[in-house]
Amino acid sequence: MSVIEGKELRIIGFLCNWCSYAGADTAGVGRFAQPTDLRIIKLPCTGRINPLFVVRAFMNGADGVLVSGCHPRDCHYSEGNFYARRRLEVLKALLPVLGIDPGRFEYTWVSASEGQRWRTVVTSFTEQIHALGPMPTFAAGTCLDACLHQAF
Amino acid sequence: MASPIEELKTAIRQALPDLDMVIAWTAGPDSLSHTPLFITDAADIERIEWDSRCSQNLAGYLTSLRGKKVGIVAKGCDARTIVELLQEKLIDREDVTIFGLHCQGAVDARKVRTELKVGRGVQGVTIDGGAASFAVNGETQTARLGQVLQEKCFRCTGADAEVCDHFIGEHGQPPQVDDAPVSTLDMLEAMGMEDRLHFWEDQMTKCIRCYACRSACPLCVCQDHCAAQSRDPHWVDQTDHPREKLMFQALHALHTAGRCTECGECERACPMDLPIMTLKQALNRQIKDIFDYQAGTDPDKTPPLFQFREEEEHIKERKW
Ligand code: SF4
Ligand code: SF4
Ligand code: SF4
Repeated sequence: MSVIEGKELRIIGFLCNWCSYAGADTAGVGRFAQPTDLRIIKLPCTGRINPLFVVRAFMNGADGVLVSGCHPRDCHYSEGNFYARRRLEVLKALLPVLGIDPGRFEYTWVSASEGQRWRTVVTSFTEQIHALGPMPTFAAGTCLDACLHQAF
Repeated sequence: MASPIEELKTAIRQALPDLDMVIAWTAGPDSLSHTPLFITDAADIERIEWDSRCSQNLAGYLTSLRGKKVGIVAKGCDARTIVELLQEKLIDREDVTIFGLHCQGAVDARKVRTELKVGRGVQGVTIDGGAASFAVNGETQTARLGQVLQEKCFRCTGADAEVCDHFIGEHGQPPQVDDAPVSTLDMLEAMGMEDRLHFWEDQMTKCIRCYACRSACPLCVCQDHCAAQSRDPHWVDQTDHPREKLMFQALHALHTAGRCTECGECERACPMDLPIMTLKQALNRQIKDIFDYQAGTDPDKTPPLFQFREEEEHIKERKW
């Protein structure tokens, strides 16, 4: 179910293995209806997330990027999410100066048991990205552009 | 009282016997930009120059000279780079002797060429009040500081080398510039998102991927291990597209986040005159706001991305 009938946008989700990936699974097992625009990439920890993953995703045509990990003080590796929070806050200053709307990127915390919260996050983030529409592209056309902007 | 340059030469003459080398500036092929001088022989001390043409941040050489006893001449901003290198334990305090100066501002050779149409034969530069005077072939040409100083000097946070072993001359304030041009960052912030993207697209179309910005950056210490050259992961591909060039700029900005002292070398080195320090300035603004931190000011402080707090006072997380 995409927010706009028939047209999904490309949203990338970087999720930690221990909390948020399990939380997304909980939402699935609970059969909660959710938008389907999000493509999930599972990582061991939000501390593994290089902010360049997010920049690269946008440069390769993502319309939105969501990062989700364990709540503060609940990180499987104790401190990964604390480092991640600082890095991602700094990233928030880079994206708009590059011309990437700050609304296209969010980070949050969802635990393994919070299936309902996961649904809320995915639904509202997806709505937010649909309100912004597809990411504007560079005008310079290359084969890569052509390939990225074919309808999937 | 001796002029700062004579005082500097005297101090270096005294210190040189205990050092392997002293790095200073001397007249080079470009009369608007002095060149580094590596002094091992006292006879070279006479060749030292010190004025607003000493733009290059000599601190960039320190990491590759680690293990040697090195003396270095530093302006306010150069000293902040040295402090940052000390904070990151990339150099050893006991091996470095800093000759600190008060700086009146560094001229941007490119701007002088376009504003004053002078290039060759500049014999001297003096800064007085809001103006810079250039002695060229027996004549004097004058310009407003806002026309000829480097971008970084308009926001200089301290023109004296704060951390040093020998302070030369008098302490003073950063240049007072009342006609500074609007910064690229402020200009971008007045634009819509899509226009910003196209602004960078235009700029990056001009980038020739020489990586002079990286080579000149005193904090880019990875040498042959730069992520831009890595194939796995392949952060930046070889496509000649503004996207890949902008990706590299994002990589440089994020790798210097919380470390960049806005020394301006990336921009000064860029042969295409691209405003690439803008990205680092944007990150620094945020870092000041949320971590109350400025890189290169305190040798005992830990850079903000090397640490965290469980409760981050100034970070407002979104409530879903
Ligand atoms: S930033 Fe300050 S210390 Fe550095 S060159 Fe400009 S005026 Fe001098
Ligand atoms: S990124 Fe540019 S301004 Fe910052 S430290 Fe490196 S060369 Fe200097
Ligand atoms: S110095 Fe300028 S032209 Fe060279 S890679 Fe950097 S931005 Fe591009």
